[in-house]
Amino acid sequence: MAYVAVKGGEVAIEASIELLKTFQNAATDISVNAIRDNLSMLVDKIMSEAGLYAPDYAALALKQCDGNVEEAVFLLRAYRSTLERNHYSNEINGKDMRLIRRISSAFKDIPGGQILGPTYDYSHRLLDFSLLDGNLPTENTEDVLEPSQDIVSERISDIFRAEGVLKGCEQEDTTPTDVTSHLLTHPADRSARLQTLARADGGFLGGVAYSAMRGYGAVHPTIAELRSGYVDICVTYPFDENEEIVLGEILLTEVESLMPKAEEQSFQDENVGKAPSYDKMTLSGGYGLAFGRNENKAISMSIVDANLDTVGDTPSQDEEFVLIHGDSLEMNGFISHLKLPHYVSFQSSLDVVRKSGEKDE
Amino acid sequence: MNNDYNFAFLDEGSKREIRRSILKAISIPGYQVPFGSRELPIGRGWGTGGIQITLSIIGKDDVLKVIDQGSDDSVNAVNIKKFVGRCTNVATTTDSEVATIIQSRHRIPETPLKDGQILVLQVPIPDPLRAVEPSERVTKQKHAEAEYSAMWLSLYEDLTKFGEINISSEYPCMVENRYVMNPSPIPRFDNHKLHNSEGLYLFGAGREKKIYAIPPYTSVIPLAFDDVPFKVENFEGKHCRLCGATGVYLDEMYSSDTGEKFYECSDTGFCEKNRGANHE
Amino acid sequence: MSAPIRDFAKRIGGQIMNKKVLSIRGLTVRYGNGCAHCKSSGTLTKNRCPICGTVWALRHADVDLYQGEILGIVGESGSGKSTLMRSLYFDFDITSGACTIENYKDGKQNIFKESMQQKRYIKNNLMGMVYQNPVLGLRMNYSAAGNIAEKLIAAGRREFHPMTDRVKELLNSVDILEERMKEPPKNFSGGMQQRVQISKALANNPEILLLDEVTTGLDLSVQAKVLDLIRRIRRDFGVSILLVSHDLAVIRMLADRTIVLLDGNIIEQGLTDQILDDPQHAYTQQLVHSLI
Repeated sequence: MAYVAVKGGEVAIEASIELLKTFQNAATDISVNAIRDNLSMLVDKIMSEAGLYAPDYAALALKQCDGNVEEAVFLLRAYRSTLERNHYSNEINGKDMRLIRRISSAFKDIPGGQILGPTYDYSHRLLDFSLLDGNLPTENTEDVLEPSQDIVSERISDIFRAEGVLKGCEQEDTTPTDVTSHLLTHPADRSARLQTLARADGGFLGGVAYSAMRGYGAVHPTIAELRSGYVDICVTYPFDENEEIVLGEILLTEVESLMPKAEEQSFQDENVGKAPSYDKMTLSGGYGLAFGRNENKAISMSIVDANLDTVGDTPSQDEEFVLIHGDSLEMNGFISHLKLPHYVSFQSSLDVVRKSGEKDE
Repeated sequence: MNNDYNFAFLDEGSKREIRRSILKAISIPGYQVPFGSRELPIGRGWGTGGIQITLSIIGKDDVLKVIDQGSDDSVNAVNIKKFVGRCTNVATTTDSEVATIIQSRHRIPETPLKDGQILVLQVPIPDPLRAVEPSERVTKQKHAEAEYSAMWLSLYEDLTKFGEINISSEYPCMVENRYVMNPSPIPRFDNHKLHNSEGLYLFGAGREKKIYAIPPYTSVIPLAFDDVPFKVENFEGKHCRLCGATGVYLDEMYSSDTGEKFYECSDTGFCEKNRGANHE
Repeated sequence: MSAPIRDFAKRIGGQIMNKKVLSIRGLTVRYGNGCAHCKSSGTLTKNRCPICGTVWALRHADVDLYQGEILGIVGESGSGKSTLMRSLYFDFDITSGACTIENYKDGKQNIFKESMQQKRYIKNNLMGMVYQNPVLGLRMNYSAAGNIAEKLIAAGRREFHPMTDRVKELLNSVDILEERMKEPPKNFSGGMQQRVQISKALANNPEILLLDEVTTGLDLSVQAKVLDLIRRIRRDFGVSILLVSHDLAVIRMLADRTIVLLDGNIIEQGLTDQILDDPQHAYTQQLVHSLI
């Protein structure tokens, strides 16, 4: 027979990988440090979505794949899954944060003060063409003064709890679920939900939060507090339970948002004799956390967290919907898998369509 | 890949956990066993479930065949074979009769499996009920109660509205009269191969984190009304232009030069052997 | 025989029914934990306890349904009539009470205590439900045939052509043309949607039919057709029917006996003619006299 079967897949793959390198077209080398320092907020995003705090490796991942965010998150996550877990750190409490920024939208003034810190919020979005000539963005600033001491401040939400307006959280000591090694079940327990949201794709989470605020949900939240700062990572000293070793510090952004919530008063016998109230207003909250300074990610997370505790038909109130579809690797993997050959099942579909057509003849 | 990686990439603890899930799956044919799916250097949706199964069961003496759409040469199959090869150094083959482990996407080879062979299928959506119910919480309950009316209703609806059942591939099957399962996107043509097979079928969904199995000599029946027989794809009057085979699943192709339409065996290994035998 | 009983016997075609099909005892549905005050007191204003706020949607209801009868359940909105019906169909969880069905486990098993699977069996095979809002009872985007077949499938049937024949038979019995069986109910008028619901409810020849305000919201002429249909169904299929309505005219037309509900309590029950012609309770009197 004159015909030859189509072959050569392996050769094609090798050539494709070579082409990748050619397309990178890098005239100058960009150092990993430069990416880490000059594109720090992009590095922060990669770390959050990979669930691994490792700025150097996140920067490396970005360098390796043309700045492709999905690929970088993938690289970092895949690397994380090869690492052995030797220790668990002691619990980190955000109230111990060494603050670089701390604001509250709920009050004009707060104990400890509103500390604006480094933020783009008040900058004018004008392209700075002077940066084109190789100038660094930091060149025109004066020396930043180091504060003479660390700024630490109590939480706004703790004030509300003391007042009784915000329900306290009960001490909960069960071991958290580890979503990296256990299948997410529904409904999810709180630790599983928060971990999943913290690692969720920023765009997806932002969209869900936006929809919740615009009416496809139940919330109109106020940010009680947004705080960014450094927290120490400590492990218990192996030879003395009462001692801690500080391994280092990481930069975190934490958000607590609050909203009024109508709550059915619980029907307890102690309410006998009191005036009935069926729709008591309480404050309910949501919690958000991101590595680095990605504030919108942390804010979105807190909005979605609060919203998932309400009941309704919108996607933002459907926990299964939100938790399953926000994972960057699974989302992008499944979407990009459509590029794989599907001609066998497509042939089967053609068969069905053709059969249907035959009936009309 | 440097030598810092374990044999078959995954650490022994992970392999053991996955093997336990596989054993549970074999004990309950057709039941989806949840497992802690690991991240791999290959993307989710690109076969990580199947790969994790293969990596967990493969040993130094195994012979591996990897196909996609039936072809050993398909880019995805080549890529997976490369990855597994690099971290195990096992022998590979294109001959489905010689392989001890066959990892496949979307097809079952034409030659029936023998005792001792394992076919690992890559699965995108493991739950057959997903088509009629988006919530995992609900479908889990339905499987537990063998509540499959929603599935039957969609078949009934197809027959009523179109006179045909419109499910093309991923046709749901009843396993040992207990669980309905999704055989992965194999064409209906291949469904019968699962029934009463000598070999073992394992199904891995990495992204959805489920493993299920069809052990040898298991009853696997495509869902069909008693009076409307199950129909497979029709290749009547068509044959492979390379080896002449009929009664096999064929790829419809259009020549890149002339644009004319022709057919070739989807199972390239099978086709090669036919042609090899002819030339001897 | 006294006059009312003679009339009654005439009404049901001469059969004196004595066989109970369904029996409810002490059915209570409550939202909230209750307190000393409301747990002991009888009627509360508007079913709500002024002390603890608990809502008593239905309180200690005792109901018997006899073979072949149409039992009317009348009351205003908030009286508990829908709660009664839908609890029977397991749509709501009850607080306490028992219900037995004669032909289910010899009438010795409280169906509220059965497993999910048993409840499903009872719903599919022994009961049929027609909701006031067709959206609750039908899948609007599936064909009419599919909707009815859903019940047949749930009862375990697996032969396509006989099922389709049965679907056609059922559609026929509610005066829906065969040609429309492939269409989705969202294309149908309100009256037609109710008729699809009725035919679906009858699919597995249940012995009990639950009709919840099925004519409310329909035009008078359409109402008349549906009411006629219900009468015909009782005659042809021999089902026992629980008929909820706030409309006394409908009750008078169809129900053999009637129960009157007020704020979750049954305040009066008896032969329909007696209740409507000679109401004993003040509320019933008020209800009847408001009918012009």
